[in-house]
Amino acid sequence: MKIHIPSPLRSYTHSHEVEVHGETLAEALAVLDRQFPGIRFRVVNEQDRIREHIKFFVNEKSVSDIFIRLEKNDAIHIVCALSGG
Amino acid sequence: MKKKKTSKKSSGQSKPITILIGTRKGAFILRSDASGRTWKLSDPIFLGHIVHHLVKDPRSKTLLMACKTGHLGPTVFRSVNGGKTWKEASAPPSFPKAPEGEKGRTVDHVFWLTPGHASQPEVWFAGTSPQSIFRSDDDGVTWKGVAGFNHHPMLDQWTGGEKDGTPDGPKLHSILIDPRDAAHMYIGCSSGGVFETTDGGKSWKPLNQGCTADFIPTENPEYGHDPHCVAMHPLFPDVLYQQNHCGIYRMNREDGRWERIGKNMPEKTGDIGFPIVLHPRDPNIAWVFPMDGTDVWPRTSPSGKPAVFKTSNGGQSWKRLDKGFPKKHAWMTVLRQAMTADDNPRTGLYLGTTHGEIWAGTDEGRSWKCIARHLPEIYSVEVAK
Repeated sequence: MKIHIPSPLRSYTHSHEVEVHGETLAEALAVLDRQFPGIRFRVVNEQDRIREHIKFFVNEKSVSDIFIRLEKNDAIHIVCALSGG
Repeated sequence: MKKKKTSKKSSGQSKPITILIGTRKGAFILRSDASGRTWKLSDPIFLGHIVHHLVKDPRSKTLLMACKTGHLGPTVFRSVNGGKTWKEASAPPSFPKAPEGEKGRTVDHVFWLTPGHASQPEVWFAGTSPQSIFRSDDDGVTWKGVAGFNHHPMLDQWTGGEKDGTPDGPKLHSILIDPRDAAHMYIGCSSGGVFETTDGGKSWKPLNQGCTADFIPTENPEYGHDPHCVAMHPLFPDVLYQQNHCGIYRMNREDGRWERIGKNMPEKTGDIGFPIVLHPRDPNIAWVFPMDGTDVWPRTSPSGKPAVFKTSNGGQSWKRLDKGFPKKHAWMTVLRQAMTADDNPRTGLYLGTTHGEIWAGTDEGRSWKCIARHLPEIYSVEVAK
């Protein structure tokens, strides 16, 4: 499965798309963080909650829990919510 | 007054100055020539990142930078080549994962960075919002909470919990380490007050006697104060100063009581502000940048006439230093981390405003000159020593 990376995180990946795997979003993020250390903590806090101005979409559905189960061909989008200033 | 033993002597010659600037939109480095007349500004570093503090370790070449963005969580970056390249901490400050069913705490931002004691070359401390202390033992690569403070049973009562503090979050700041004893430290909590440890952070005690907290109903509270900036003299570590929400104070540690030296400021100026800066050699000299603390607290230069005020006698009297600043219509705000001094034989002072100007008073603040402008909102100004 692919994770689409927003521009604020591309200093980690140098790519807008990364191939990952996992049975849950949390596992997929762990795989992503092993490839690009530090990236997970920028979007998920130490209590495993998605940060306030970050959104995750699995396919086209917004999810609020990183322990949601994933299917093999799911597409994950990390979205930086619109915010001012 | 016990003086710290030191072999440092003033060389008599001014050195080129490097100023580290943290802003709401990235960091910058401003370098002078030896004369201090010409300044060169770097390109932005991490443009768009919110940089609360950028600090050089005087014991090494390491620079640490506390930053986050509007979207991304807090972290620490480090550079060991003067800011040319940066690498992220592999374990930035963060709280332990809470047991199932409990809320747990999360670091919103790293606000303050302090290099450790000279005898502990890779130790650093960080102050965060919400208020906690973190320690690194490997030059900023990994960080762990200082449990003696972060899990202190009185923490919420001391600090008022996570909602009590400045509008953009409570701040733990002014982490001061006694140069004579690595285990002896002070911290400032906004809000909460000044706290002291003598056992390396295992236990802490409030140190607020004599300090006013007129925004809470308790008379002479033990804690709950709002120190904006606390400073310890590097050569006379028992001499402490603070610019508090409720005035300017000084303490001789053996007395254990803060004395409001801001009462000696001109009444129309008042003694409210954020930063306080000490002379690197003379414990009786300090500078403040007063701001308007009346009515709804504009926190701008009183009457739109910016000035630094200097005491040369430990706060018994103050002298207005405004040469070079605009004479009127200048509503400057200088935040608590945004004023500092170098250690040249003739001390230079530097301050950064929230409207993006750096001002230098390289003659001990007698006259001031704008040396950089059009920067983003300035959060911190430090001299790289």
